[in-house]
Amino acid sequence: MTTRVLVPSGVLGLGFDREALARGVTMAPDIICIDGGSTDSGPFSLGAGQSKYSRAATKSEWRSLMQARAELGVPLVIGTAGTCGTDATVDWMFDITAELAAELGQSPTVVRLYSDQPADRVATAHAAGRVTPLTPAPDFALEGLTNIVALAGVEQIQAALALGADIVIAGRTTDTATIAALPLARGDAAGPAWHGAKIAECGALCSTNPTSGVIMVDFDDTGFTVQPLAEGAFCTPHSVSAHMLYENSDPFCLHEPGGYLDVTGARYTALDARRVRVEGSKWVPAPYTVKLEGARVAGYQTTILAVLRDAHYVDNAQAWVDRLTGFLHAEIATRMGLSQDDYDIQFRLMGVDATLGDLENRQGNPVEVGVLGIVTARDQAQAAEIGKLINPFVLHYPLTDDEELPTFAFPFSPSTTDRGALYEFALNHVMALEDPMSAFRLTTTKVTP
Amino acid sequence: MTLGDLVLKVRSKNAGPFWVTIDIFCDRADVFDRLSAQLDTDRVAALYGVAPEGLKRFDIPDLRVIKFSLPRPVVQGSVHDRDMHGAQYAALLAELPLD
Repeated sequence: MTTRVLVPSGVLGLGFDREALARGVTMAPDIICIDGGSTDSGPFSLGAGQSKYSRAATKSEWRSLMQARAELGVPLVIGTAGTCGTDATVDWMFDITAELAAELGQSPTVVRLYSDQPADRVATAHAAGRVTPLTPAPDFALEGLTNIVALAGVEQIQAALALGADIVIAGRTTDTATIAALPLARGDAAGPAWHGAKIAECGALCSTNPTSGVIMVDFDDTGFTVQPLAEGAFCTPHSVSAHMLYENSDPFCLHEPGGYLDVTGARYTALDARRVRVEGSKWVPAPYTVKLEGARVAGYQTTILAVLRDAHYVDNAQAWVDRLTGFLHAEIATRMGLSQDDYDIQFRLMGVDATLGDLENRQGNPVEVGVLGIVTARDQAQAAEIGKLINPFVLHYPLTDDEELPTFAFPFSPSTTDRGALYEFALNHVMALEDPMSAFRLTTTKVTP
Repeated sequence: MTLGDLVLKVRSKNAGPFWVTIDIFCDRADVFDRLSAQLDTDRVAALYGVAPEGLKRFDIPDLRVIKFSLPRPVVQGSVHDRDMHGAQYAALLAELPLD
Protein backbone atom coordinates (compact mmCIF):
# COMPACT_ATOMS: atom_id res chain seq x y z
CA MET A 1 0.00 0.00 0.00
CA THR A 2 1.14 3.53 -0.56
CA THR A 3 0.45 6.38 1.81
CA ARG A 4 0.66 10.00 0.75
CA VAL A 5 1.40 12.51 3.51
CA LEU A 6 1.14 16.27 3.03
CA VAL A 7 3.36 18.34 5.33
CA PRO A 8 2.49 22.04 5.04
CA SER A 9 5.55 23.33 6.92
CA GLY A 10 8.06 22.59 9.65
CA VAL A 11 5.94 24.21 12.32
CA LEU A 12 2.51 25.79 12.57
CA GLY A 13 2.92 29.55 13.00
CA LEU A 14 5.92 30.03 10.74
CA GLY A 15 4.00 30.40 7.49
CA PHE A 16 3.84 28.40 4.26
CA ASP A 17 3.26 28.93 0.55
CA ARG A 18 -0.54 28.93 0.10
CA GLU A 19 -0.34 28.05 -3.61
CA ALA A 20 1.85 25.08 -2.80
CA LEU A 21 -0.69 23.94 -0.21
CA ALA A 22 -3.46 24.21 -2.81
CA ARG A 23 -1.36 22.12 -5.19
CA GLY A 24 -0.92 19.57 -2.43
CA VAL A 25 -4.69 19.34 -1.96
CA THR A 26 -5.16 18.52 -5.65
CA MET A 27 -2.74 15.59 -5.24
CA ALA A 28 -5.13 13.75 -2.89
CA PRO A 29 -2.98 13.07 0.20
CA ASP A 30 -4.18 10.49 2.74
CA ILE A 31 -3.40 12.73 5.71
CA ILE A 32 -2.09 16.21 6.55
CA CYS A 33 0.53 16.40 9.30
CA ILE A 34 2.22 19.39 10.85
CA ASP A 35 4.45 19.89 13.85
CA GLY A 36 3.51 22.44 16.48
CA GLY A 37 6.71 22.88 18.42
CA SER A 38 10.10 21.90 19.73
CA THR A 39 12.45 22.73 22.58
CA ASP A 40 14.54 24.92 20.32
CA SER A 41 13.40 28.26 21.70
CA GLY A 42 14.32 27.28 25.23
CA PRO A 43 12.62 26.17 28.42
CA PHE A 44 10.09 28.99 28.80
CA SER A 45 7.30 27.45 26.74
CA LEU A 46 7.37 24.14 28.59
CA GLY A 47 7.94 25.78 31.96
CA ALA A 48 5.04 28.19 31.57
CA GLY A 49 2.82 25.92 29.44
CA GLN A 50 2.45 28.58 26.74
CA SER A 51 2.81 28.74 22.97
CA LYS A 52 5.68 30.84 21.67
CA TYR A 53 3.78 31.65 18.48
CA SER A 54 1.01 34.22 18.38
CA ARG A 55 -2.58 33.04 18.54
CA ALA A 56 -3.36 35.12 15.43
CA ALA A 57 -0.64 33.47 13.30
CA THR A 58 -1.60 30.04 14.58
CA LYS A 59 -5.28 30.57 13.90
CA SER A 60 -4.70 32.00 10.41
CA GLU A 61 -2.63 28.99 9.33
CA TRP A 62 -4.84 26.45 11.09
CA ARG A 63 -7.82 27.90 9.24
CA SER A 64 -6.18 27.05 5.89
CA LEU A 65 -5.38 23.55 7.07
CA MET A 66 -8.88 22.94 8.44
CA GLN A 67 -10.30 24.06 5.09
CA ALA A 68 -7.92 21.75 3.21
CA ARG A 69 -8.90 18.88 5.52
CA ALA A 70 -12.60 19.44 4.99
CA GLU A 71 -12.13 19.60 1.24
CA LEU A 72 -10.15 16.35 1.18
CA GLY A 73 -12.03 14.44 3.88
CA VAL A 74 -8.77 13.13 5.37
CA PRO A 75 -7.36 13.51 8.90
CA LEU A 76 -5.39 16.57 9.97
CA VAL A 77 -2.82 16.00 12.71
CA ILE A 78 -0.75 18.45 14.72
CA GLY A 79 2.02 17.19 17.01
CA THR A 80 3.48 19.05 20.01
CA ALA A 81 0.63 21.55 19.91
CA GLY A 82 1.41 25.02 21.23
CA THR A 83 5.23 24.72 21.07
CA CYS A 84 5.64 22.52 24.16
CA GLY A 85 2.78 20.00 23.92
CA THR A 86 1.50 20.38 27.47
CA ASP A 87 -2.14 19.67 28.29
CA ALA A 88 -2.65 23.45 28.59
CA THR A 89 -1.42 24.15 25.06
CA VAL A 90 -3.40 21.20 23.65
CA ASP A 91 -6.51 22.82 25.10
CA TRP A 92 -5.39 26.22 23.75
CA MET A 93 -5.17 24.64 20.29
CA PHE A 94 -8.54 22.96 20.80
CA ASP A 95 -10.14 26.34 21.62
CA ILE A 96 -8.73 27.78 18.38
CA THR A 97 -10.05 24.74 16.51
CA ALA A 98 -13.54 25.09 18.00
CA GLU A 99 -13.61 28.79 17.15
CA LEU A 100 -12.61 28.05 13.56
CA ALA A 101 -15.12 25.23 13.25
CA ALA A 102 -17.82 27.71 14.18
CA GLU A 103 -16.52 30.31 11.73
CA LEU A 104 -16.17 27.76 8.91
CA GLY A 105 -19.41 25.91 9.61
CA GLN A 106 -17.57 22.63 10.18
CA SER A 107 -18.36 19.86 12.67
CA PRO A 108 -15.19 17.76 12.89
CA THR A 109 -14.48 14.97 15.33
CA VAL A 110 -11.49 16.23 17.29
CA VAL A 111 -9.31 13.87 19.32
CA ARG A 112 -6.94 15.36 21.86
CA LEU A 113 -3.86 13.37 22.87
CA TYR A 114 -2.51 14.46 26.25
CA SER A 115 1.18 13.96 27.09
CA ASP A 116 1.48 15.57 30.53
CA GLN A 117 3.01 13.32 33.16
CA PRO A 118 1.98 13.60 36.80
CA ALA A 119 5.13 13.75 38.95
CA ASP A 120 4.01 10.77 41.01
CA ARG A 121 3.79 8.57 37.90
CA VAL A 122 7.36 9.47 36.96
CA ALA A 123 8.52 9.06 40.58
CA THR A 124 6.93 5.59 40.73
CA ALA A 125 8.56 4.61 37.46
CA HIS A 126 11.90 5.91 38.71
CA ALA A 127 11.59 3.97 41.96
CA ALA A 128 10.85 0.84 39.91
CA GLY A 129 13.98 1.36 37.80
CA ARG A 130 12.03 2.27 34.69
CA VAL A 131 13.56 5.77 34.26
CA THR A 132 16.99 5.89 32.65
CA PRO A 133 19.20 8.97 32.17
CA LEU A 134 20.44 9.88 28.71
CA THR A 135 23.84 11.55 28.20
CA PRO A 136 24.27 14.17 29.56
CA ALA A 137 21.44 14.24 32.07
CA PRO A 138 20.85 16.54 35.03
CA ASP A 139 20.42 14.77 38.37
CA PHE A 140 16.98 13.19 38.54
CA ALA A 141 14.79 15.47 40.67
CA LEU A 142 11.10 16.22 40.28
CA GLU A 143 10.82 18.95 42.91
CA GLY A 144 9.43 22.20 41.58
CA LEU A 145 8.82 21.00 38.02
CA THR A 146 5.98 23.06 36.58
CA ASN A 147 5.40 20.69 33.67
CA ILE A 148 6.57 17.21 32.72
CA VAL A 149 5.71 15.77 29.32
CA ALA A 150 6.51 12.48 27.62
CA LEU A 151 7.18 12.34 23.88
CA ALA A 152 4.54 10.16 22.23
CA GLY A 153 5.42 7.95 19.28
CA VAL A 154 3.31 6.54 16.47
CA GLU A 155 1.23 4.18 18.65
CA GLN A 156 -0.54 7.04 20.43
CA ILE A 157 -1.23 8.91 17.17
CA GLN A 158 -2.56 5.69 15.64
CA ALA A 159 -4.85 5.23 18.65
CA ALA A 160 -6.18 8.75 18.13
CA LEU A 161 -6.78 8.13 14.42
CA ALA A 162 -8.54 4.85 15.21
CA LEU A 163 -11.18 6.81 17.12
CA GLY A 164 -12.33 8.27 13.82
CA ALA A 165 -10.57 11.60 14.27
CA ASP A 166 -10.95 14.26 11.62
CA ILE A 167 -8.46 16.34 13.59
CA VAL A 168 -5.88 15.12 16.08
CA ILE A 169 -4.44 17.71 18.45
CA ALA A 170 -1.49 15.96 20.04
CA GLY A 171 0.52 17.02 23.02
CA ARG A 172 4.26 16.37 23.04
CA THR A 173 5.24 13.89 20.37
CA THR A 174 8.54 13.14 18.70
CA ASP A 175 9.07 15.31 15.61
CA THR A 176 8.49 12.32 13.35
CA ALA A 177 5.60 10.50 15.02
CA THR A 178 2.66 12.27 13.40
CA ILE A 179 4.05 11.71 9.89
CA ALA A 180 5.13 8.09 10.41
CA ALA A 181 1.90 7.00 12.16
CA LEU A 182 -0.39 6.39 9.18
CA PRO A 183 2.17 4.76 6.85
CA LEU A 184 3.13 2.36 9.66
CA ALA A 185 -0.52 1.63 10.49
CA ARG A 186 -1.10 0.70 6.85
CA GLY A 187 1.91 -1.60 6.73
CA ASP A 188 4.35 0.51 4.72
CA ALA A 189 8.02 -0.31 5.29
CA ALA A 190 9.09 0.74 8.80
CA GLY A 191 12.60 2.09 8.12
CA PRO A 192 11.49 4.33 5.26
CA ALA A 193 8.40 5.44 7.23
CA TRP A 194 10.52 6.82 10.06
CA HIS A 195 13.20 8.10 7.71
CA GLY A 196 10.71 9.89 5.45
CA ALA A 197 9.06 11.38 8.51
CA LYS A 198 12.40 12.74 9.72
CA ILE A 199 13.13 14.20 6.29
CA ALA A 200 9.70 15.87 6.13
CA GLU A 201 9.35 17.07 9.72
CA CYS A 202 10.93 20.44 8.98
CA GLY A 203 8.84 20.92 5.84
CA ALA A 204 10.77 22.25 2.88
CA LEU A 205 14.03 22.49 4.82
CA CYS A 206 14.97 19.29 2.95
CA SER A 207 14.60 21.14 -0.36
CA THR A 208 16.40 23.93 -2.19
CA ASN A 209 13.77 26.47 -1.06
CA PRO A 210 13.49 26.05 2.72
CA THR A 211 10.96 28.83 3.39
CA SER A 212 8.35 27.53 0.94
CA GLY A 213 7.20 25.01 3.53
CA VAL A 214 5.07 22.48 1.72
CA ILE A 215 6.33 18.91 1.15
CA MET A 216 4.67 15.71 -0.06
CA VAL A 217 5.96 12.28 0.92
CA ASP A 218 4.80 9.01 -0.63
CA PHE A 219 5.51 5.94 1.51
CA ASP A 220 5.34 2.36 0.24
CA ASP A 221 6.62 -1.19 0.76
CA THR A 222 10.23 -0.46 -0.12
CA GLY A 223 10.95 3.21 0.46
CA PHE A 224 9.66 6.74 0.18
CA THR A 225 9.62 9.53 -2.37
CA VAL A 226 9.77 13.18 -1.31
CA GLN A 227 9.00 16.30 -3.31
CA PRO A 228 8.53 19.99 -2.51
CA LEU A 229 5.36 21.58 -3.83
CA ALA A 230 6.35 25.24 -4.19
CA GLU A 231 7.14 26.62 -7.62
CA GLY A 232 10.90 26.59 -8.15
CA ALA A 233 11.66 24.32 -5.18
CA PHE A 234 13.59 21.09 -5.70
CA CYS A 235 14.60 18.10 -3.65
CA THR A 236 17.99 16.70 -4.57
CA PRO A 237 19.77 13.65 -3.14
CA HIS A 238 22.07 16.10 -1.35
CA SER A 239 19.31 18.34 0.07
CA VAL A 240 17.42 15.29 1.34
CA SER A 241 20.32 13.30 2.76
CA ALA A 242 21.85 16.43 4.33
CA HIS A 243 18.67 16.93 6.33
CA MET A 244 19.63 14.02 8.59
CA LEU A 245 22.37 16.33 9.89
CA TYR A 246 19.94 18.98 11.05
CA GLU A 247 19.51 19.34 14.81
CA ASN A 248 20.61 15.72 15.09
CA SER A 249 23.61 14.71 17.16
CA ASP A 250 23.99 11.46 15.18
CA PRO A 251 23.17 11.72 11.46
CA PHE A 252 22.74 7.97 11.00
CA CYS A 253 20.70 7.00 14.03
CA LEU A 254 17.47 8.40 15.42
CA HIS A 255 15.96 7.02 18.63
CA GLU A 256 12.18 6.79 18.80
CA PRO A 257 9.73 5.08 21.13
CA GLY A 258 10.08 1.34 20.51
CA GLY A 259 13.29 1.35 18.52
CA TYR A 260 15.64 3.35 16.39
CA LEU A 261 16.08 4.35 12.77
CA ASP A 262 19.36 3.41 11.09
CA VAL A 263 19.99 5.19 7.79
CA THR A 264 23.55 3.93 7.27
CA GLY A 265 22.42 1.89 4.26
CA ALA A 266 20.04 4.48 2.78
CA ARG A 267 20.32 5.17 -0.95
CA TYR A 268 19.12 8.50 -2.34
CA THR A 269 18.18 8.67 -6.03
CA ALA A 270 16.93 11.63 -8.06
CA LEU A 271 13.77 10.55 -9.93
CA ASP A 272 13.75 13.87 -11.75
CA ALA A 273 14.71 17.46 -10.95
CA ARG A 274 12.17 17.74 -8.11
CA ARG A 275 11.71 14.31 -6.56
CA VAL A 276 14.03 12.06 -4.58
CA ARG A 277 13.54 8.36 -3.91
CA VAL A 278 15.01 6.85 -0.74
CA GLU A 279 15.39 3.14 0.01
CA GLY A 280 17.47 1.03 2.34
CA SER A 281 16.83 2.65 5.73
CA LYS A 282 16.27 0.23 8.59
CA TRP A 283 14.09 0.21 11.68
CA VAL A 284 15.58 -1.66 14.64
CA PRO A 285 13.04 -2.54 17.34
CA ALA A 286 14.01 -1.99 20.98
CA PRO A 287 12.20 -1.94 24.35
CA TYR A 288 9.44 0.67 24.45
CA THR A 289 10.61 3.90 26.10
CA VAL A 290 9.39 7.47 25.88
CA LYS A 291 11.60 10.49 26.40
CA LEU A 292 10.71 12.84 29.25
CA GLU A 293 11.01 16.61 29.26
CA GLY A 294 10.52 18.82 32.28
CA ALA A 295 11.12 22.38 33.34
CA ARG A 296 11.22 24.25 36.61
CA VAL A 297 11.60 27.81 37.79
CA ALA A 298 15.28 28.52 38.38
CA GLY A 299 14.78 32.06 39.68
CA TYR A 300 13.37 35.39 38.61
CA GLN A 301 15.22 37.97 36.58
CA THR A 302 15.63 41.71 36.22
CA THR A 303 17.85 43.16 33.49
CA ILE A 304 19.54 46.49 32.93
CA LEU A 305 21.28 47.76 29.81
CA ALA A 306 23.95 50.47 29.68
CA VAL A 307 26.06 51.45 26.69
CA LEU A 308 29.66 52.62 27.06
CA ARG A 309 30.80 55.05 24.38
CA ASP A 310 33.57 56.90 26.24
CA ALA A 311 36.78 55.38 24.80
CA HIS A 312 38.41 55.11 28.23
CA TYR A 313 35.60 52.84 29.39
CA VAL A 314 35.27 50.99 26.10
CA ASP A 315 38.96 50.08 26.29
CA ASN A 316 38.64 48.95 29.90
CA ALA A 317 35.14 47.48 29.82
CA GLN A 318 36.06 44.15 31.39
CA ALA A 319 38.10 45.76 34.16
CA TRP A 320 35.21 48.13 34.81
CA VAL A 321 32.58 45.41 35.19
CA ASP A 322 34.94 43.32 37.35
CA ARG A 323 35.42 46.27 39.71
CA LEU A 324 31.73 47.14 39.57
CA THR A 325 30.69 43.57 40.34
CA GLY A 326 32.88 43.37 43.45
CA PHE A 327 31.52 46.70 44.66
CA LEU A 328 27.91 45.64 44.06
CA HIS A 329 28.28 42.36 45.95
CA ALA A 330 29.46 44.37 48.96
CA GLU A 331 26.64 46.90 48.62
CA ILE A 332 24.00 44.16 48.31
CA ALA A 333 25.41 42.41 51.39
CA THR A 334 25.41 45.65 53.40
CA ARG A 335 22.10 47.07 52.30
CA MET A 336 20.00 43.96 51.71
CA GLY A 337 21.75 41.41 53.91
CA LEU A 338 22.08 38.93 51.06
CA SER A 339 25.05 36.65 50.51
CA GLN A 340 26.32 35.86 47.00
CA ASP A 341 24.66 32.45 47.21
CA ASP A 342 21.25 34.12 47.35
CA TYR A 343 21.36 35.73 43.91
CA ASP A 344 23.38 35.97 40.69
CA ILE A 345 24.61 39.04 38.82
CA GLN A 346 26.21 38.85 35.38
CA PHE A 347 27.39 41.61 33.11
CA ARG A 348 27.71 40.56 29.48
CA LEU A 349 29.77 42.83 27.26
CA MET A 350 28.05 43.21 23.92
CA GLY A 351 30.69 43.98 21.32
CA VAL A 352 33.31 42.05 23.29
CA ASP A 353 32.26 38.50 24.18
CA ALA A 354 28.53 38.50 24.98
CA THR A 355 27.85 35.54 22.67
CA LEU A 356 30.65 33.14 23.53
CA GLY A 357 31.91 34.25 26.94
CA ASP A 358 35.01 32.33 28.00
CA LEU A 359 35.15 30.52 24.65
CA GLU A 360 35.70 33.78 22.75
CA ASN A 361 39.21 33.90 21.27
CA ARG A 362 39.06 37.09 19.22
CA GLN A 363 39.57 40.67 20.27
CA GLY A 364 38.45 43.69 18.34
CA ASN A 365 38.36 47.41 18.86
CA PRO A 366 34.68 48.18 19.37
CA VAL A 367 33.45 51.76 19.08
CA GLU A 368 31.03 51.14 21.93
CA VAL A 369 30.21 48.32 24.32
CA GLY A 370 26.75 47.31 25.49
CA VAL A 371 26.69 46.16 29.11
CA LEU A 372 23.80 43.80 29.72
CA GLY A 373 23.31 43.30 33.43
CA ILE A 374 21.28 40.22 34.40
CA VAL A 375 20.10 39.79 37.98
CA THR A 376 18.67 36.40 39.00
CA ALA A 377 17.09 36.11 42.43
CA ARG A 378 14.69 33.84 44.27
CA ASP A 379 11.60 35.94 43.59
CA GLN A 380 10.71 38.81 41.30
CA ALA A 381 10.46 41.37 44.10
CA GLN A 382 14.00 40.58 45.20
CA ALA A 383 15.36 40.67 41.64
CA ALA A 384 13.65 44.02 41.06
CA GLU A 385 15.02 45.38 44.35
CA ILE A 386 18.57 44.35 43.44
CA GLY A 387 18.05 45.93 40.00
CA LYS A 388 17.08 49.23 41.59
CA LEU A 389 19.95 49.03 44.06
CA ILE A 390 22.58 48.53 41.34
CA ASN A 391 21.02 51.01 38.89
CA PRO A 392 22.89 54.19 40.00
CA PHE A 393 26.23 52.35 40.03
CA VAL A 394 25.74 50.83 36.58
CA LEU A 395 25.14 54.44 35.48
CA HIS A 396 27.94 56.24 37.34
CA TYR A 397 30.54 53.88 38.79
CA PRO A 398 34.11 55.04 38.01
CA LEU A 399 36.95 52.85 36.77
CA THR A 400 39.25 54.17 39.52
CA ASP A 401 38.66 56.14 42.72
CA ASP A 402 40.46 59.24 41.52
CA GLU A 403 38.45 60.11 38.45
CA GLU A 404 35.20 61.94 38.02
CA LEU A 405 31.95 60.01 37.92
CA PRO A 406 31.05 58.88 34.43
CA THR A 407 27.49 58.74 33.14
CA PHE A 408 26.79 56.05 30.58
CA ALA A 409 24.03 55.82 28.00
CA PHE A 410 20.84 54.25 29.33
CA PRO A 411 18.39 53.55 26.51
CA PHE A 412 15.37 53.13 28.79
CA SER A 413 13.45 54.68 31.65
CA PRO A 414 12.98 52.85 33.89
CA SER A 415 16.41 51.41 33.20
CA THR A 416 15.52 48.01 34.62
CA THR A 417 13.17 45.42 33.11
CA ASP A 418 11.56 42.68 35.15
CA ARG A 419 11.65 39.52 33.06
CA GLY A 420 9.61 37.21 35.26
CA ALA A 421 10.54 33.57 35.81
CA LEU A 422 13.67 31.97 34.45
CA TYR A 423 12.90 28.34 33.65
CA GLU A 424 15.43 25.55 33.24
CA PHE A 425 15.23 22.17 31.52
CA ALA A 426 15.34 19.56 34.25
CA LEU A 427 15.10 16.12 32.63
CA ASN A 428 16.96 14.25 29.92
CA HIS A 429 15.66 10.79 30.69
CA VAL A 430 13.58 8.03 29.13
CA MET A 431 10.76 6.13 30.83
CA ALA A 432 10.00 2.51 29.94
CA LEU A 433 6.33 1.64 29.28
CA GLU A 434 4.77 -1.81 29.00
CA ASP A 435 1.73 -0.35 27.24
CA PRO A 436 2.40 2.72 25.04
CA MET A 437 -0.96 4.21 26.04
CA SER A 438 -0.36 3.86 29.78
CA ALA A 439 1.22 7.33 30.04
CA PHE A 440 -1.12 9.11 27.60
CA ARG A 441 -4.79 10.09 27.49
CA LEU A 442 -7.22 10.54 24.60
CA THR A 443 -10.35 12.72 24.60
CA THR A 444 -12.82 12.74 21.72
CA THR A 445 -15.08 15.73 21.01
CA LYS A 446 -17.58 16.17 18.23
CA VAL A 447 -17.27 19.91 17.64
CA THR A 448 -20.45 21.58 16.48
CA PRO A 449 -20.43 24.91 14.66
CA MET B 1 43.67 31.00 6.06
CA THR B 2 40.74 29.87 8.18
CA LEU B 3 38.58 26.78 7.92
CA GLY B 4 35.70 29.00 6.86
CA ASP B 5 37.71 30.29 3.90
CA LEU B 6 38.14 26.74 2.64
CA VAL B 7 34.59 25.40 2.92
CA LEU B 8 31.09 26.28 1.73
CA LYS B 9 29.49 26.74 5.12
CA VAL B 10 29.86 25.97 8.81
CA ARG B 11 26.64 25.89 10.81
CA SER B 12 25.73 24.95 14.35
CA LYS B 13 22.44 24.29 16.08
CA ASN B 14 21.08 22.70 19.20
CA ALA B 15 20.35 18.99 18.99
CA GLY B 16 17.93 19.10 21.90
CA PRO B 17 18.60 21.19 25.02
CA PHE B 18 21.70 19.25 26.05
CA TRP B 19 23.68 18.94 22.80
CA VAL B 20 24.98 21.21 20.10
CA THR B 21 25.93 19.93 16.66
CA ILE B 22 28.24 21.59 14.15
CA ASP B 23 28.26 20.75 10.43
CA ILE B 24 31.06 21.65 8.05
CA PHE B 25 29.87 21.59 4.41
CA CYS B 26 32.62 21.25 1.80
CA ASP B 27 31.66 21.97 -1.78
CA ARG B 28 34.43 19.87 -3.31
CA ALA B 29 35.62 16.34 -2.68
CA ASP B 30 39.28 17.40 -2.56
CA VAL B 31 38.47 19.99 0.11
CA PHE B 32 36.62 17.35 2.12
CA ASP B 33 39.51 14.90 1.80
CA ARG B 34 42.05 17.51 2.84
CA LEU B 35 40.03 18.71 5.81
CA SER B 36 39.07 15.21 6.89
CA ALA B 37 42.76 14.34 7.10
CA GLN B 38 43.98 17.64 8.50
CA LEU B 39 41.35 18.58 11.09
CA ASP B 40 42.43 17.41 14.50
CA THR B 41 39.55 16.42 16.80
CA ASP B 42 41.51 17.49 19.90
CA ARG B 43 41.84 20.99 18.48
CA VAL B 44 38.09 21.21 17.92
CA ALA B 45 37.40 19.95 21.43
CA ALA B 46 39.73 22.60 22.85
CA LEU B 47 37.87 25.33 20.92
CA TYR B 48 34.68 24.41 22.77
CA GLY B 49 36.28 23.69 26.11
CA VAL B 50 35.27 20.01 26.19
CA ALA B 51 37.26 16.80 26.56
CA PRO B 52 38.00 15.13 23.18
CA GLU B 53 36.27 11.93 24.30
CA GLY B 54 33.07 13.95 24.78
CA LEU B 55 33.04 14.94 21.13
CA LYS B 56 31.34 12.80 18.47
CA ARG B 57 32.81 13.13 14.99
CA PHE B 58 31.33 11.97 11.68
CA ASP B 59 33.23 12.25 8.40
CA ILE B 60 30.66 11.71 5.64
CA PRO B 61 32.25 11.52 2.18
CA ASP B 62 28.91 11.20 0.33
CA LEU B 63 27.81 14.59 1.66
CA ARG B 64 31.30 16.09 1.88
CA VAL B 65 30.41 16.93 5.44
CA ILE B 66 32.34 16.71 8.69
CA LYS B 67 30.04 16.82 11.68
CA PHE B 68 30.84 17.31 15.37
CA SER B 69 28.35 16.87 18.20
CA LEU B 70 29.11 17.76 21.78
CA PRO B 71 27.31 18.17 25.08
CA ARG B 72 26.49 21.87 25.29
CA PRO B 73 29.12 23.80 27.28
CA VAL B 74 26.09 25.22 29.18
CA VAL B 75 22.61 23.71 29.04
CA GLN B 76 20.24 25.58 26.74
CA GLY B 77 18.37 28.33 28.54
CA SER B 78 20.16 27.88 31.86
CA VAL B 79 21.20 31.00 33.77
CA HIS B 80 24.62 31.23 32.12
CA ASP B 81 23.56 30.29 28.58
CA ARG B 82 24.34 33.05 26.10
CA ASP B 83 23.06 31.54 22.84
CA MET B 84 19.62 29.92 23.09
CA HIS B 85 19.76 28.24 19.67
CA GLY B 86 23.46 27.40 19.66
CA ALA B 87 23.78 28.80 16.17
CA GLN B 88 26.77 31.03 16.91
CA TYR B 89 29.07 28.26 18.12
CA ALA B 90 29.86 27.68 14.46
CA ALA B 91 31.87 30.90 14.31
CA LEU B 92 34.67 29.45 16.44
CA LEU B 93 35.19 26.56 14.04
CA ALA B 94 34.83 28.73 10.93
CA GLU B 95 37.57 31.00 12.26
CA LEU B 96 39.97 28.17 13.12
CA PRO B 97 43.32 28.91 11.43
CA LEU B 98 44.57 26.22 9.05
CA ASP B 99 48.13 25.73 7.87
